[in-house]
Amino acid sequence: MIIVGELINTSRKAMADAVNRRDEGEICAVAQRQADSGAAYIDVNCGTFLEEEEELLPWLVRIIQEQVDLPLCLDSPNPKALAKALEVHRGKALINSISGEEERFAQVLPLVRESGASVIALCMDDEGIGEDAASRLEAGKKLGERLLNAGIESERIFFDPLLRPVSTESEAGQVALETIARLKLAFPQSHIICGLSNISFGLPKRRLLNRTFLSMAVARGLDSAILDPTDPEIRLTLLAAEALLGKDEFCLNYLNNIREQEEN
Amino acid sequence: MSDFSAITKAVIAGRANEVKEFISAALTQGADPGLLISEALIPGMNTVGERFRNNQMYIPEVLIAARAMQSGLAVLKPHLVEQNVQPVGKIVLGTVKGDLHDIGKNLVGMMFEGAGFEVIDLGVNVDAEKFAAAVEEHGAQLLGLSALLTTTMPQMQKTIAALEEAGLRKKVYVLIGGAPVTQEYAEKIGADGYAPDAASAVVKARELLGI
Repeated sequence: MIIVGELINTSRKAMADAVNRRDEGEICAVAQRQADSGAAYIDVNCGTFLEEEEELLPWLVRIIQEQVDLPLCLDSPNPKALAKALEVHRGKALINSISGEEERFAQVLPLVRESGASVIALCMDDEGIGEDAASRLEAGKKLGERLLNAGIESERIFFDPLLRPVSTESEAGQVALETIARLKLAFPQSHIICGLSNISFGLPKRRLLNRTFLSMAVARGLDSAILDPTDPEIRLTLLAAEALLGKDEFCLNYLNNIREQEEN
Repeated sequence: MSDFSAITKAVIAGRANEVKEFISAALTQGADPGLLISEALIPGMNTVGERFRNNQMYIPEVLIAARAMQSGLAVLKPHLVEQNVQPVGKIVLGTVKGDLHDIGKNLVGMMFEGAGFEVIDLGVNVDAEKFAAAVEEHGAQLLGLSALLTTTMPQMQKTIAALEEAGLRKKVYVLIGGAPVTQEYAEKIGADGYAPDAASAVVKARELLGI
């Protein structure tokens, strides 16, 4: 499972304050905690700073990579901010994100090609987000094929089926699970990623819904997720899911983690 | 009047069939259709909005309450047309250009309908001129703009500029919202109000309109 740590996001009040103060210590500590909890990428999002984003994103990349030896997930809909962040990023980043929306596709594709980064591919286009699994899959397939044709290897593509809240559409969870399963069949070499929190929008005990959905999604082929790796319950859910699905040989990972927890 | 509290309760509980039955019965007994809206349906949705803001009710419950109210309105509609009953206000609503997110915007529309407003929903990816044209065409007192992306937020400012251009700025209150939007941003671009959620948007609108 490829975990993308979601905590460095200025839509969280504490992080906005830390970035405002240019508090490198606090920001790097959050990056380190996520790295220690098993994150493979650290997501970096400072979109709420609007026009300052283009300066702040590369700054964040620089200070975080001085602290942790991990690639980052550069999270911005702004191609200029992405380009500036890629200039200073070391290693292969994960660009978050590209979609089938023509303007976005045209602006982000060159960045993916030139940097050799991986990319999150949102299963949507200028028509919006499809309501059923078939239209979601179609948008994903078209986008995937365009990326492959542009020379982006399958392994560099992380498909995001896009979660809609079950609070407003009761079928949303089922549609996403179905999309995940069909994407996995269509692109077996690629990754499938989700930002989990949308699914629980508007409902109480969101973390419970998020981690329950996560275990279901892993069963259908999800192999990457944007989440809070420092949340012990989501980590345990993931360990349990992997053991139950035979993705953890002899359940060793599960056993080691449970033992470690009991010792602490 | 005792019938009215039963209707209000049925709206809050989201029981569409009961709302329809009670409204039909009240009409047969000679109740005023305008009064049924203002004294039975709207108070129900007001309670729903208040409970939603206090985390006592959640979105799915708000949705079924709104659906119950809608079915009551459907029964009333022919009578309202007949008696020329006017909505409490008109709001033009949409997600700004370049942005395809519709969930928040739909919730806002629903809450305004629940509060007795006529809602003109322009959908998603709506450009500034189209907003201005719709405000003019419908004579709306309110314009609600939604954006979920930081990159599309500037479209809100553009829309305000388009209203000024068209000489409409003083005729309409502009309300903005969406995950990255803040009160400070509303002030910065000269919007009239910001609301953090759909129910608060109605409260804000009433405050602006003095109703």
